[in-house]
Amino acid sequence: MSENEVAKPSRIDPKFRYEVIKVPGGENLLRCFQCGTCTSDCPIARFNEEYRPRKIIRMAQLGLKDKIVESDFLWLCASCFTCTDRCPQGVEVASVIRALKNIAAKEGFIPQIFKMQLSNVIKTGYVYRIPESRIKRREALGLPPLPRGNSENITKSIQKLEIMKILEE
Amino acid sequence: MRGLVINMSENKYMIFLGCLIPYRVSSYEISARRVLHNLGVELVEMPEFNCCGLPLEPISHELALILSARNIAIAEREGLNILTLCPGCSGTLKKANRALKEDRALREEINKHLKEAGLNFEGSIEVKHVSQVLLEDVGLDKIKKSVVRPLKGLIVAEHSGCHLSRPKKYIEFEDPENPKALRMLIEVTGAKCVEYMDETECCGATVAGIDDKIPLYLVREKLSHIKEAGAEALVTICPSCHLMYDANQIRVERMFGEKYGIPVLHYTQLLGLAIGFSPKELGFEELRVKPTKVIDYVLGIPATS
Repeated sequence: MSENEVAKPSRIDPKFRYEVIKVPGGENLLRCFQCGTCTSDCPIARFNEEYRPRKIIRMAQLGLKDKIVESDFLWLCASCFTCTDRCPQGVEVASVIRALKNIAAKEGFIPQIFKMQLSNVIKTGYVYRIPESRIKRREALGLPPLPRGNSENITKSIQKLEIMKILEE
Repeated sequence: MRGLVINMSENKYMIFLGCLIPYRVSSYEISARRVLHNLGVELVEMPEFNCCGLPLEPISHELALILSARNIAIAEREGLNILTLCPGCSGTLKKANRALKEDRALREEINKHLKEAGLNFEGSIEVKHVSQVLLEDVGLDKIKKSVVRPLKGLIVAEHSGCHLSRPKKYIEFEDPENPKALRMLIEVTGAKCVEYMDETECCGATVAGIDDKIPLYLVREKLSHIKEAGAEALVTICPSCHLMYDANQIRVERMFGEKYGIPVLHYTQLLGLAIGFSPKELGFEELRVKPTKVIDYVLGIPATS
């Protein structure tokens, strides 16, 4: 949200905070008293103008759901957990932000990289497409064969998740 | 084989490689296997593998939990604790393991999904990062005894990375604001571990998939602080951090028009040198920033026994 922009009441969802605290990791959202420790200690915030954890938490408290789920900055958290460890209120900031990402994903806002990574995990077990040449090279390096993913079995254990249905759409 | 092997059965683990190590960081695996074997830690390969779930947690916490629980259930079936080389994997598996052990309703919910695949989470094993196994199970005394080439005079800096200790409440391994594990493990090799500014700062690896520029700024800052402190090498115990500082170092040098030339070693490579393995046996050839000076120096140190 730019500094000069005023949020329209129609875009405020007063019940959003209660949606967030029901998501695992989001429970402590309402404890935040906006001290700003998270932002001042955030490695990403130092090199990015958009990403401000304190502001994201405040936006969630206020119910600016659309602004959050439609944003790009939400996905910039490096999950280093520095904010979580230093928060004087025990907000578990990085987990609240992850909960917000989970909500955004449910609404269909999923950066391409995650779709690709999930598809790789389902197909191969690994999040990256490891080239066959690299897997074969292990022998020359004196390494044991690489354990393979059981694609069918992985699929069975995750197919009933809501996120899988969203991704199919 | 060098060194005396005792109590093999007590130090037996299922090794969880994670995704990044087999994809891009073989040097870590090569050196870790050598060193652990030498110190009597027996590693069993996983019959099947899937990602710990960390990279996918942003889209679904539940998905990540299931992916973690699957691996834990597989290790439970084999009756083995898990050892990981990647702190991201150990952190994620540890958090899932604890949450599922403590929360019965959550366990039942996740087990419903696992049942579809013929798996079940019991809560019968533990997960440890290799540094924790080295400190708690092998012990500094035994490591010290295995050192035949003390790395006296070598000055290095440590970077423990975030996920080894954060979030503190869930990982319960060491103090994230003042990490000591890697420092102690380095000092036992005889090398000197210098302090530098912002030692606990994140490498930025996890954001690279969304914005690949931010990590370059973080890497640059880290390298400049290390250079100021006079370290001849940086020592890591995380494949992601290693990739950021080693593979990205040349990119950073080009982007900012600066020269660092700081070799980045996996801790298991440093320890391997001290134990007496050759650089080739420890995968030094795989490193992007060539550690020629470090190798020449270390190989010039006379062996003690």
